[in-house]
Amino acid sequence: MEFFYVLMPISGVSVFWPGLIILGLGVGVIGGFFGMGGAWMITPGLNILGFPMAFAIGTDIAHMAGKSLVSTMRHGKFGNVDYRLGVIMIIGTVAGFEVGAQMIMWLERLGKVDLYVRWMYVILLFLIAWMVFTDVRKRISKEKEAKEAGKEIDKLATGIEWHKTIHKLPIPPMMHFKAAGFTCSIWIPIFLSFLTGWLAGILGIGGGLIRMPMLIYFVGCPTHIAVGTDLFEVMISGLYGAGTYTYKGRTELVAAMIMLVGASVGAQMGTVATKYIKGYGIRIAFGIAVVGCMISIIMKLIPSYVAGTKALMDMMSTVLILGLVSLLSLYIAFRMVQGARREVAEKKRRS
Amino acid sequence: MFKGWKKLIGLVVFGILALPGIAIAAGEKAAPLVIVADTRRFTGWEAWFTDLYNESHLYFTLLTVVTIPIVGIILGVLADIVMSRIGIDLKHRDLAEH
Repeated sequence: MEFFYVLMPISGVSVFWPGLIILGLGVGVIGGFFGMGGAWMITPGLNILGFPMAFAIGTDIAHMAGKSLVSTMRHGKFGNVDYRLGVIMIIGTVAGFEVGAQMIMWLERLGKVDLYVRWMYVILLFLIAWMVFTDVRKRISKEKEAKEAGKEIDKLATGIEWHKTIHKLPIPPMMHFKAAGFTCSIWIPIFLSFLTGWLAGILGIGGGLIRMPMLIYFVGCPTHIAVGTDLFEVMISGLYGAGTYTYKGRTELVAAMIMLVGASVGAQMGTVATKYIKGYGIRIAFGIAVVGCMISIIMKLIPSYVAGTKALMDMMSTVLILGLVSLLSLYIAFRMVQGARREVAEKKRRS
Repeated sequence: MFKGWKKLIGLVVFGILALPGIAIAAGEKAAPLVIVADTRRFTGWEAWFTDLYNESHLYFTLLTVVTIPIVGIILGVLADIVMSRIGIDLKHRDLAEH
Protein backbone atom coordinates (compact mmCIF):
# COMPACT_ATOMS: atom_id res chain seq x y z
CA MET A 1 0.00 0.00 0.00
CA GLU A 2 2.96 2.28 0.57
CA PHE A 3 3.38 2.53 -3.19
CA PHE A 4 0.13 4.48 -3.40
CA TYR A 5 1.32 7.20 -1.05
CA VAL A 6 3.73 9.97 -1.87
CA LEU A 7 5.51 12.10 0.71
CA MET A 8 5.01 15.78 -0.02
CA PRO A 9 8.41 17.52 0.16
CA ILE A 10 7.18 20.83 1.56
CA SER A 11 4.36 19.93 3.93
CA GLY A 12 5.84 16.56 4.91
CA VAL A 13 2.54 14.64 4.75
CA SER A 14 1.88 11.45 2.80
CA VAL A 15 -0.92 11.77 0.26
CA PHE A 16 -2.75 9.07 -1.73
CA TRP A 17 -1.49 10.02 -5.22
CA PRO A 18 -4.08 8.12 -7.32
CA GLY A 19 -6.69 10.25 -5.50
CA LEU A 20 -4.93 13.42 -6.69
CA ILE A 21 -4.92 12.12 -10.28
CA ILE A 22 -8.61 11.19 -10.17
CA LEU A 23 -9.52 14.56 -8.65
CA GLY A 24 -7.48 16.35 -11.32
CA LEU A 25 -9.07 14.25 -14.04
CA GLY A 26 -12.64 14.95 -12.87
CA VAL A 27 -12.18 18.68 -12.43
CA GLY A 28 -10.13 18.82 -15.65
CA VAL A 29 -13.02 17.36 -17.64
CA ILE A 30 -15.47 19.86 -16.14
CA GLY A 31 -13.07 22.80 -16.49
CA GLY A 32 -12.31 22.08 -20.15
CA PHE A 33 -16.01 21.71 -20.87
CA PHE A 34 -17.37 24.75 -19.01
CA GLY A 35 -14.39 27.05 -19.22
CA MET A 36 -13.64 27.56 -15.58
CA GLY A 37 -10.94 26.80 -13.04
CA GLY A 38 -13.21 24.98 -10.61
CA ALA A 39 -11.46 25.84 -7.34
CA TRP A 40 -14.74 25.36 -5.45
CA MET A 41 -14.79 21.71 -6.54
CA ILE A 42 -11.16 20.91 -5.71
CA THR A 43 -10.86 22.12 -2.12
CA PRO A 44 -13.33 19.56 -0.63
CA GLY A 45 -11.56 16.78 -2.57
CA LEU A 46 -8.15 17.81 -1.24
CA ASN A 47 -9.63 17.97 2.24
CA ILE A 48 -10.80 14.34 2.01
CA LEU A 49 -7.37 13.21 0.78
CA GLY A 50 -5.89 14.70 3.92
CA PHE A 51 -4.05 17.39 2.01
CA PRO A 52 -2.89 20.24 4.27
CA MET A 53 -5.30 23.13 3.78
CA ALA A 54 -2.53 25.72 4.10
CA PHE A 55 -1.36 24.55 0.67
CA ALA A 56 -4.77 23.82 -0.90
CA ILE A 57 -5.43 27.11 -2.70
CA GLY A 58 -1.90 27.60 -4.05
CA THR A 59 -1.62 23.99 -5.24
CA ASP A 60 -5.05 24.19 -6.83
CA ILE A 61 -4.21 27.41 -8.68
CA ALA A 62 -0.84 26.05 -9.86
CA HIS A 63 -2.41 22.95 -11.42
CA MET A 64 -5.25 25.11 -12.78
CA ALA A 65 -2.79 27.23 -14.75
CA GLY A 66 -1.36 24.15 -16.50
CA LYS A 67 -4.75 22.62 -17.10
CA SER A 68 -6.19 25.83 -18.58
CA LEU A 69 -3.17 26.08 -20.88
CA VAL A 70 -3.94 22.62 -22.27
CA SER A 71 -7.63 23.49 -22.72
CA THR A 72 -6.91 26.89 -24.27
CA MET A 73 -4.53 25.32 -26.79
CA ARG A 74 -7.21 22.85 -27.83
CA HIS A 75 -10.07 25.38 -27.83
CA GLY A 76 -7.84 27.71 -29.84
CA LYS A 77 -7.45 25.07 -32.55
CA PHE A 78 -11.23 24.62 -32.67
CA GLY A 79 -11.54 28.40 -33.15
CA ASN A 80 -13.25 28.77 -29.77
CA VAL A 81 -10.98 31.50 -28.38
CA ASP A 82 -11.50 35.16 -29.23
CA TYR A 83 -8.02 36.37 -28.25
CA ARG A 84 -8.86 40.03 -28.89
CA LEU A 85 -11.84 39.83 -26.56
CA GLY A 86 -9.79 37.86 -24.02
CA VAL A 87 -6.99 40.44 -23.89
CA ILE A 88 -9.44 43.35 -23.58
CA MET A 89 -11.29 41.59 -20.80
CA ILE A 90 -8.13 40.95 -18.82
CA ILE A 91 -7.76 44.72 -18.37
CA GLY A 92 -11.24 45.02 -16.92
CA THR A 93 -10.89 41.86 -14.82
CA VAL A 94 -7.56 42.92 -13.26
CA ALA A 95 -8.82 46.41 -12.43
CA GLY A 96 -12.16 45.12 -11.13
CA PHE A 97 -10.50 42.43 -9.03
CA GLU A 98 -8.18 44.94 -7.39
CA VAL A 99 -11.09 47.28 -6.55
CA GLY A 100 -13.14 44.34 -5.19
CA ALA A 101 -10.25 42.96 -3.11
CA GLN A 102 -9.50 46.43 -1.63
CA MET A 103 -13.19 46.95 -0.91
CA ILE A 104 -13.52 43.66 0.97
CA MET A 105 -10.41 44.46 3.03
CA TRP A 106 -11.96 47.82 3.92
CA LEU A 107 -15.24 46.14 4.87
CA GLU A 108 -13.39 43.54 6.97
CA ARG A 109 -11.80 46.36 8.95
CA LEU A 110 -15.30 47.71 9.67
CA GLY A 111 -16.64 44.37 10.92
CA LYS A 112 -17.36 40.71 10.22
CA VAL A 113 -18.48 40.43 6.62
CA ASP A 114 -17.99 36.70 5.89
CA LEU A 115 -21.64 35.85 6.34
CA TYR A 116 -22.83 38.71 4.10
CA VAL A 117 -20.32 37.79 1.41
CA ARG A 118 -21.53 34.18 1.41
CA TRP A 119 -25.15 35.27 1.14
CA MET A 120 -24.20 37.60 -1.69
CA TYR A 121 -22.56 34.64 -3.44
CA VAL A 122 -25.73 32.56 -2.99
CA ILE A 123 -27.90 35.34 -4.45
CA LEU A 124 -25.52 35.76 -7.38
CA LEU A 125 -25.52 32.03 -8.12
CA PHE A 126 -29.31 31.97 -7.86
CA LEU A 127 -29.53 34.78 -10.43
CA ILE A 128 -27.10 32.95 -12.75
CA ALA A 129 -29.08 29.70 -12.46
CA TRP A 130 -32.33 31.60 -13.06
CA MET A 131 -30.79 33.26 -16.14
CA VAL A 132 -29.54 29.95 -17.56
CA PHE A 133 -32.79 28.06 -17.09
CA THR A 134 -34.97 30.98 -18.26
CA ASP A 135 -32.85 31.12 -21.39
CA VAL A 136 -33.24 27.37 -21.94
CA ARG A 137 -37.02 27.54 -21.37
CA LYS A 138 -37.42 30.45 -23.80
CA ARG A 139 -35.31 28.73 -26.43
CA ILE A 140 -37.42 25.53 -26.12
CA SER A 141 -40.64 27.50 -26.54
CA LYS A 142 -39.15 29.24 -29.59
CA GLU A 143 -38.33 25.84 -31.04
CA LYS A 144 -41.88 24.64 -30.39
CA GLU A 145 -43.36 27.74 -32.03
CA ALA A 146 -41.14 27.28 -35.08
CA LYS A 147 -42.12 23.61 -35.33
CA GLU A 148 -45.82 24.46 -35.13
CA ALA A 149 -45.36 26.98 -37.92
CA GLY A 150 -43.63 24.28 -39.98
CA LYS A 151 -40.29 26.11 -39.88
CA GLU A 152 -36.89 25.29 -38.46
CA ILE A 153 -35.43 27.51 -35.77
CA ASP A 154 -32.32 29.53 -36.63
CA LYS A 155 -29.27 27.73 -35.25
CA LEU A 156 -27.99 30.98 -33.76
CA ALA A 157 -31.29 31.76 -32.02
CA THR A 158 -31.13 32.23 -28.27
CA GLY A 159 -33.73 32.35 -25.52
CA ILE A 160 -32.48 35.47 -23.77
CA GLU A 161 -31.38 38.18 -26.21
CA TRP A 162 -30.12 40.97 -23.95
CA HIS A 163 -26.80 41.07 -25.80
CA LYS A 164 -28.54 42.31 -28.96
CA THR A 165 -29.70 45.46 -27.16
CA ILE A 166 -26.29 45.92 -25.50
CA HIS A 167 -24.50 45.65 -28.86
CA LYS A 168 -26.55 48.60 -30.15
CA LEU A 169 -24.96 51.03 -27.65
CA PRO A 170 -23.10 53.48 -29.91
CA ILE A 171 -20.18 54.41 -27.63
CA PRO A 172 -16.97 54.75 -29.70
CA PRO A 173 -14.61 53.10 -30.39
CA MET A 174 -16.51 50.16 -31.86
CA MET A 175 -14.62 46.91 -32.31
CA HIS A 176 -15.26 43.74 -34.29
CA PHE A 177 -14.61 40.42 -32.56
CA LYS A 178 -14.04 37.95 -35.35
CA ALA A 179 -14.20 34.61 -33.54
CA ALA A 180 -17.17 35.68 -31.43
CA GLY A 181 -18.82 37.14 -34.54
CA PHE A 182 -20.11 40.51 -33.36
CA THR A 183 -19.22 44.18 -33.29
CA CYS A 184 -19.79 46.32 -30.24
CA SER A 185 -18.36 49.20 -28.28
CA ILE A 186 -15.01 48.28 -26.72
CA TRP A 187 -16.34 49.68 -23.42
CA ILE A 188 -18.92 46.93 -23.12
CA PRO A 189 -16.49 44.02 -22.53
CA ILE A 190 -14.24 46.30 -20.46
CA PHE A 191 -17.11 47.39 -18.21
CA LEU A 192 -18.61 43.90 -17.90
CA SER A 193 -15.27 42.27 -17.16
CA PHE A 194 -14.60 44.99 -14.58
CA LEU A 195 -17.93 44.11 -12.97
CA THR A 196 -17.21 40.37 -12.87
CA GLY A 197 -13.64 41.03 -11.70
CA TRP A 198 -15.01 43.24 -8.93
CA LEU A 199 -17.49 40.54 -7.86
CA ALA A 200 -14.74 37.88 -7.94
CA GLY A 201 -12.51 40.15 -5.81
CA ILE A 202 -15.27 40.67 -3.24
CA LEU A 203 -16.24 37.00 -3.13
CA GLY A 204 -12.62 35.76 -3.11
CA ILE A 205 -13.12 33.41 -6.06
CA GLY A 206 -11.47 32.93 -9.46
CA GLY A 207 -14.54 34.13 -11.28
CA GLY A 208 -15.02 31.55 -14.06
CA LEU A 209 -18.43 30.74 -12.69
CA ILE A 210 -19.66 34.31 -13.19
CA ARG A 211 -17.58 35.21 -16.27
CA MET A 212 -19.02 32.41 -18.39
CA PRO A 213 -22.69 33.56 -18.13
CA MET A 214 -21.58 37.19 -18.49
CA LEU A 215 -19.81 36.34 -21.76
CA ILE A 216 -22.89 34.51 -23.04
CA TYR A 217 -25.79 36.69 -21.90
CA PHE A 218 -24.33 40.20 -21.82
CA VAL A 219 -21.32 40.20 -24.15
CA GLY A 220 -23.17 37.94 -26.60
CA CYS A 221 -20.59 35.20 -27.21
CA PRO A 222 -21.74 31.87 -28.63
CA THR A 223 -21.40 29.23 -25.87
CA HIS A 224 -18.30 27.54 -27.32
CA ILE A 225 -16.49 30.88 -27.73
CA ALA A 226 -17.42 31.87 -24.18
CA VAL A 227 -15.90 28.63 -22.87
CA GLY A 228 -12.65 29.03 -24.85
CA THR A 229 -12.22 32.75 -24.15
CA ASP A 230 -12.90 32.27 -20.44
CA LEU A 231 -10.25 29.55 -20.28
CA PHE A 232 -7.77 31.93 -21.92
CA GLU A 233 -8.40 34.31 -19.01
CA VAL A 234 -8.20 31.53 -16.42
CA MET A 235 -4.84 30.48 -17.91
CA ILE A 236 -3.28 33.94 -17.48
CA SER A 237 -4.83 34.64 -14.09
CA GLY A 238 -3.99 31.10 -12.92
CA LEU A 239 -0.32 31.52 -13.80
CA TYR A 240 -0.24 34.83 -12.00
CA GLY A 241 -2.06 33.37 -8.99
CA ALA A 242 0.35 30.41 -8.94
CA GLY A 243 3.28 32.86 -8.85
CA THR A 244 1.90 34.92 -5.96
CA TYR A 245 0.84 31.92 -3.86
CA THR A 246 4.13 30.11 -4.41
CA TYR A 247 6.02 33.24 -3.41
CA LYS A 248 4.06 33.13 -0.15
CA GLY A 249 5.28 29.55 0.25
CA ARG A 250 1.81 28.04 -0.15
CA THR A 251 2.18 25.74 -3.15
CA GLU A 252 2.98 22.03 -2.96
CA LEU A 253 4.46 21.74 -6.45
CA VAL A 254 4.72 17.93 -6.43
CA ALA A 255 0.98 17.62 -5.68
CA ALA A 256 0.19 20.18 -8.38
CA MET A 257 2.20 18.14 -10.90
CA ILE A 258 0.43 14.90 -9.95
CA MET A 259 -2.96 16.59 -10.27
CA LEU A 260 -1.87 18.06 -13.58
CA VAL A 261 -1.27 14.55 -14.98
CA GLY A 262 -4.97 13.77 -14.53
CA ALA A 263 -6.16 17.30 -15.27
CA SER A 264 -4.39 17.64 -18.61
CA VAL A 265 -6.01 14.43 -19.87
CA GLY A 266 -9.35 15.48 -18.39
CA ALA A 267 -9.08 18.97 -19.84
CA GLN A 268 -8.52 17.50 -23.32
CA MET A 269 -11.52 15.22 -22.89
CA GLY A 270 -13.73 18.07 -21.68
CA THR A 271 -12.61 20.31 -24.51
CA VAL A 272 -13.10 17.66 -27.20
CA ALA A 273 -16.56 16.92 -25.72
CA THR A 274 -17.63 20.47 -26.68
CA LYS A 275 -17.26 19.29 -30.29
CA TYR A 276 -20.13 16.89 -29.85
CA ILE A 277 -22.45 18.73 -27.48
CA LYS A 278 -24.59 21.64 -28.64
CA GLY A 279 -24.25 25.04 -27.02
CA TYR A 280 -27.49 24.62 -25.11
CA GLY A 281 -26.35 21.24 -23.77
CA ILE A 282 -23.32 23.01 -22.28
CA ARG A 283 -25.55 25.73 -20.83
CA ILE A 284 -27.86 23.22 -19.11
CA ALA A 285 -24.95 21.28 -17.59
CA PHE A 286 -23.42 24.59 -16.47
CA GLY A 287 -26.72 25.58 -14.83
CA ILE A 288 -26.74 22.30 -12.89
CA ALA A 289 -23.17 22.94 -11.69
CA VAL A 290 -24.18 26.44 -10.54
CA VAL A 291 -27.15 25.05 -8.59
CA GLY A 292 -24.86 22.45 -6.96
CA CYS A 293 -22.37 25.14 -5.96
CA MET A 294 -25.21 27.28 -4.56
CA ILE A 295 -26.61 24.42 -2.43
CA SER A 296 -23.13 23.63 -1.07
CA ILE A 297 -22.70 27.25 0.06
CA ILE A 298 -26.15 27.27 1.68
CA MET A 299 -25.10 24.12 3.58
CA LYS A 300 -22.05 25.96 4.85
CA LEU A 301 -24.27 28.85 5.95
CA ILE A 302 -26.69 26.71 7.97
CA PRO A 303 -24.34 26.25 11.01
CA SER A 304 -24.34 30.05 11.46
CA TYR A 305 -28.06 29.81 12.26
CA VAL A 306 -28.44 26.27 13.66
CA ALA A 307 -25.91 25.32 16.34
CA GLY A 308 -24.29 21.87 16.30
CA THR A 309 -24.77 21.23 12.59
CA LYS A 310 -21.30 22.20 11.34
CA ALA A 311 -19.80 18.70 11.07
CA LEU A 312 -22.92 17.32 9.38
CA MET A 313 -23.22 20.22 6.94
CA ASP A 314 -19.50 20.12 6.07
CA MET A 315 -19.79 16.42 5.29
CA MET A 316 -22.99 16.86 3.28
CA SER A 317 -21.54 19.71 1.27
CA THR A 318 -18.39 17.66 0.50
CA VAL A 319 -20.50 14.68 -0.58
CA LEU A 320 -22.65 16.95 -2.75
CA ILE A 321 -19.70 18.62 -4.50
CA LEU A 322 -17.74 15.42 -5.07
CA GLY A 323 -20.90 13.64 -6.23
CA LEU A 324 -21.58 16.48 -8.64
CA VAL A 325 -18.01 16.41 -9.94
CA SER A 326 -18.22 12.63 -10.48
CA LEU A 327 -21.60 12.73 -12.21
CA LEU A 328 -20.82 15.71 -14.45
CA SER A 329 -17.39 14.45 -15.45
CA LEU A 330 -18.75 10.97 -16.17
CA TYR A 331 -21.56 12.45 -18.28
CA ILE A 332 -19.14 14.67 -20.24
CA ALA A 333 -16.64 11.80 -20.70
CA PHE A 334 -19.46 9.52 -21.85
CA ARG A 335 -20.69 12.07 -24.41
CA MET A 336 -17.11 12.62 -25.60
CA VAL A 337 -16.51 8.89 -26.12
CA GLN A 338 -19.91 8.52 -27.80
CA GLY A 339 -19.20 11.44 -30.17
CA ALA A 340 -15.66 10.23 -30.92
CA ARG A 341 -16.89 6.73 -31.75
CA ARG A 342 -19.51 8.19 -34.09
CA GLU A 343 -16.90 10.40 -35.77
CA VAL A 344 -14.42 7.55 -36.23
CA ALA A 345 -17.15 5.24 -37.60
CA GLU A 346 -18.24 7.99 -40.02
CA LYS A 347 -14.66 8.43 -41.23
CA LYS A 348 -14.26 4.68 -41.77
CA ARG A 349 -17.52 4.55 -43.72
CA ARG A 350 -16.41 7.38 -46.01
CA SER A 351 -13.00 5.81 -46.68
CA MET B 1 -3.54 48.56 -35.98
CA PHE B 2 -0.76 46.06 -35.21
CA LYS B 3 1.21 48.73 -33.34
CA GLY B 4 -1.87 49.48 -31.28
CA TRP B 5 -2.18 45.84 -30.31
CA LYS B 6 1.44 45.67 -29.24
CA LYS B 7 0.82 48.64 -26.95
CA LEU B 8 -2.31 47.06 -25.57
CA ILE B 9 -0.57 43.76 -24.82
CA GLY B 10 2.34 45.68 -23.27
CA LEU B 11 -0.12 47.55 -21.09
CA VAL B 12 -1.75 44.33 -19.93
CA VAL B 13 1.60 42.74 -19.10
CA PHE B 14 2.63 45.90 -17.23
CA GLY B 15 -0.67 45.92 -15.39
CA ILE B 16 -0.20 42.34 -14.29
CA LEU B 17 3.41 42.82 -13.23
CA ALA B 18 2.83 46.15 -11.54
CA LEU B 19 0.09 44.97 -9.26
CA PRO B 20 1.68 42.24 -7.18
CA GLY B 21 -1.14 42.41 -4.63
CA ILE B 22 -3.60 40.93 -7.05
CA ALA B 23 -4.15 37.26 -7.29
CA ILE B 24 -6.98 37.04 -9.73
CA ALA B 25 -7.63 33.39 -9.22
CA ALA B 26 -6.98 33.60 -5.53
CA GLY B 27 -9.29 32.78 -2.68
CA GLU B 28 -8.67 33.96 0.83
CA LYS B 29 -5.51 35.82 1.72
CA ALA B 30 -2.84 33.54 3.15
CA ALA B 31 -2.16 34.05 6.85
CA PRO B 32 1.33 35.36 7.72
CA LEU B 33 2.64 31.93 8.67
CA VAL B 34 6.19 30.82 7.91
CA ILE B 35 6.41 27.21 6.78
CA VAL B 36 9.75 25.45 6.74
CA ALA B 37 10.19 22.16 4.88
CA ASP B 38 11.93 19.34 6.74
CA THR B 39 14.95 18.53 4.53
CA ARG B 40 16.19 15.70 6.80
CA ARG B 41 13.57 13.30 5.46
CA PHE B 42 14.70 13.56 1.84
CA THR B 43 17.63 12.67 -0.38
CA GLY B 44 18.53 13.39 -4.01
CA TRP B 45 16.26 15.71 -6.01
CA GLU B 46 13.73 15.90 -3.20
CA ALA B 47 16.39 17.22 -0.82
CA TRP B 48 17.42 19.80 -3.42
CA PHE B 49 13.78 20.70 -3.91
CA THR B 50 13.07 21.27 -0.21
CA ASP B 51 16.34 23.18 0.16
CA LEU B 52 15.33 25.46 -2.69
CA TYR B 53 11.96 26.10 -1.01
CA ASN B 54 13.59 26.93 2.33
CA GLU B 55 16.34 29.09 0.90
CA SER B 56 14.48 31.18 -1.65
CA HIS B 57 10.76 31.45 -2.28
CA LEU B 58 11.61 33.57 -5.30
CA TYR B 59 13.58 30.81 -7.04
CA PHE B 60 10.96 28.29 -6.00
CA THR B 61 8.30 30.54 -7.56
CA LEU B 62 10.30 30.84 -10.79
CA LEU B 63 10.65 27.06 -10.88
CA THR B 64 6.87 26.67 -10.41
CA VAL B 65 5.91 29.29 -12.98
CA VAL B 66 8.24 27.75 -15.57
CA THR B 67 7.58 24.08 -14.81
CA ILE B 68 3.78 24.17 -14.74
CA PRO B 69 3.28 25.46 -18.33
CA ILE B 70 6.03 23.17 -19.68
CA VAL B 71 4.50 20.08 -18.06
CA GLY B 72 1.06 21.25 -19.19
CA ILE B 73 2.24 21.54 -22.80
CA ILE B 74 4.04 18.16 -22.73
CA LEU B 75 1.01 16.35 -21.28
CA GLY B 76 -1.33 18.22 -23.62
CA VAL B 77 0.73 17.22 -26.66
CA LEU B 78 0.84 13.60 -25.48
CA ALA B 79 -2.95 13.56 -25.06
CA ASP B 80 -3.18 15.13 -28.54
CA ILE B 81 -1.11 12.33 -30.04
CA VAL B 82 -3.26 9.67 -28.38
CA MET B 83 -6.52 11.30 -29.54
CA SER B 84 -5.24 11.83 -33.08
CA ARG B 85 -4.28 8.14 -33.26
CA ILE B 86 -7.79 7.20 -32.24
CA GLY B 87 -8.94 9.17 -35.28
CA ILE B 88 -10.56 12.24 -33.71
CA ASP B 89 -10.35 15.45 -35.75
CA LEU B 90 -8.77 17.89 -33.31
CA LYS B 91 -8.79 20.92 -35.58
CA HIS B 92 -12.42 21.46 -36.55
CA ARG B 93 -15.70 21.85 -34.79
CA ASP B 94 -18.76 21.38 -37.00
CA LEU B 95 -21.36 22.50 -34.47
CA ALA B 96 -22.08 26.18 -35.00
CA GLU B 97 -24.79 27.00 -32.51
CA HIS B 98 -25.14 29.86 -30.10
